[in-house]
Amino acid sequence: MDNEKVSRAAKDIRKWIYIIAHHAGGGHMGAAFSVTDIIATLYFGDVLKYDAHSPKWEERDQFILSKGHACYSLYAALAMAGYFPEEELKHVGMPGSRLGGHPKIYEVPGVEASTGALGHGLSFAIGIAYAHKMDKKDNHIYVILGDGECQEGSVWEGALSAPTLELDNLTVIVDHNKLQAMDDLESIVRMRPFADKWKAFGWNVVEINGHNCAEIREALLTREEKKPTLIVANTIKGKGVSFMENVPIWHYRMPNEQELPVLMRELGLSEEDLR
Amino acid sequence: MRTAYLDSLYNLAQKDKRVYALISDNGAIVYDKYRKDLAGQYLNLGISEANMLGMAAGMASCGKIPFAYTIGAFLAYRSLEFIRNDICLQNMNVKIVGTGAGMKYSALGPTHHSTEDLGCLRSLPNLTILSPASPMEVAKATRAAYEHMGPIYLRLGTNGEQEIYEQDYQFEIGKGVTLAEGDDITIIGTGNILAEVLRVRDMLNRKGISARIINMHTIKPLDKEIILKAIGETKALVTVEDHDIIGGLGSAVAEVVAESGKGTRFVRVGLKENFAVGYGTYSDMIGQNKLCAEEITLRCLECLSDMS
Repeated sequence: MDNEKVSRAAKDIRKWIYIIAHHAGGGHMGAAFSVTDIIATLYFGDVLKYDAHSPKWEERDQFILSKGHACYSLYAALAMAGYFPEEELKHVGMPGSRLGGHPKIYEVPGVEASTGALGHGLSFAIGIAYAHKMDKKDNHIYVILGDGECQEGSVWEGALSAPTLELDNLTVIVDHNKLQAMDDLESIVRMRPFADKWKAFGWNVVEINGHNCAEIREALLTREEKKPTLIVANTIKGKGVSFMENVPIWHYRMPNEQELPVLMRELGLSEEDLR
Repeated sequence: MRTAYLDSLYNLAQKDKRVYALISDNGAIVYDKYRKDLAGQYLNLGISEANMLGMAAGMASCGKIPFAYTIGAFLAYRSLEFIRNDICLQNMNVKIVGTGAGMKYSALGPTHHSTEDLGCLRSLPNLTILSPASPMEVAKATRAAYEHMGPIYLRLGTNGEQEIYEQDYQFEIGKGVTLAEGDDITIIGTGNILAEVLRVRDMLNRKGISARIINMHTIKPLDKEIILKAIGETKALVTVEDHDIIGGLGSAVAEVVAESGKGTRFVRVGLKENFAVGYGTYSDMIGQNKLCAEEITLRCLECLSDMS
């Protein structure tokens, strides 16, 4: 992996996240910043097998963003990878655009599932992984879940199902930023010990710093025979913009006049970039 | 009906490796030959309906044709969002198969009854809803579901339903079947209750009233033509379903009647905004819930007498 290339990609994705939000007038920026390094490593760290000019290529690996509200990050990565023109990113959520506030299959090249309602991506991915097993294909399936999303009961139905089916072609990354829309995760629902829960369910569990691309890549390529892999990626919600980091209100909010210059400086954005 | 479904699906799965029988821990014994002959194509996912349907959608995205089966109540209510988002919104080729239609799980009580499932599911875009009335029709509907590209909800009874067809016929999705011709009144039924509706025809006959009987085996898309024809040719229209009168067959037919611009005397027979009362056999249940042939006949007579 070219570390420099991945870091540059992550930086560009973060820029795009704000540019998208700027044009759209809002969005779930905190979540998008949180998963940026994971998505950058998936697409630009020689992890996912894909062909942007042939999105349905049969040999491709598949990535499902179960926490669909973080899609600005995915849209940026897909555009940068060449699935569609970057110019489209300036029209997210607008009439005539195929890019909405949550991603849709078919309409957006490279999007593998329509997500948005939480707790759906895991079971959908299990279905894909099982189908590939039946066809004796070695395509790998990656899913990003939010840690708050893991409060959904359906996630735990899937958590039981994937090890039972011995789906070692499935890797789930939990974006463990420890915040949800209203507050600190743990103060709302007690989820500790988080990694141990997955271990007890029969997953191959790896815990990493979700902003260290080398660690992320190593974890994404980890396999254990007959076991699905669960990566607990310790992340920071709002990562990259100091005043957003670890502050729940930035789940869905736009910066004011005082905050904007700070954001632009920290992300390396110019006035020109926002046109 | 269940045996007819399982036999049909078994034959389809043997011929087409894309066909999968997913179940949520329901009907273990009847799956013995699946376990033996269809390794991998048969999968008991345990008591996790939402996971089963999400997974079915994922499999369909890879070209598989999953038939996801369990008690209809657990599919339509517990897993509604998975049916909506994973299957219908993404237009996945998943067959959702619910057993115990209406009050067929009579003595098990309302938690196991599917008496609002049509109401829950009928508004979902892309979903085709089949509600066959007899074992022969279930076999045909299962094959039609397989041949249809797109999401299907197949509403089955349980076992032991009587055959209502005396001879073979052409089953076509979206085309109701006229089981008996008649000039005075038209009764439209769906699913389990059709056998009872045929008894109503005999009872009315004895009173000199000729009833046309229509089996509406497809709830969506609904056969509008057969309804409009009935409005023009008979004097009154009665729908019968072991389902609430809100949202199901009666509502669907009412929409057609209301938009037709033609007036007709119209009555919906079914549960009236209540969960089914009582326990017992299916026959006991339709008696206690005023859906037996005698009660339906009374409603038909009232409907006709109002006109004079």
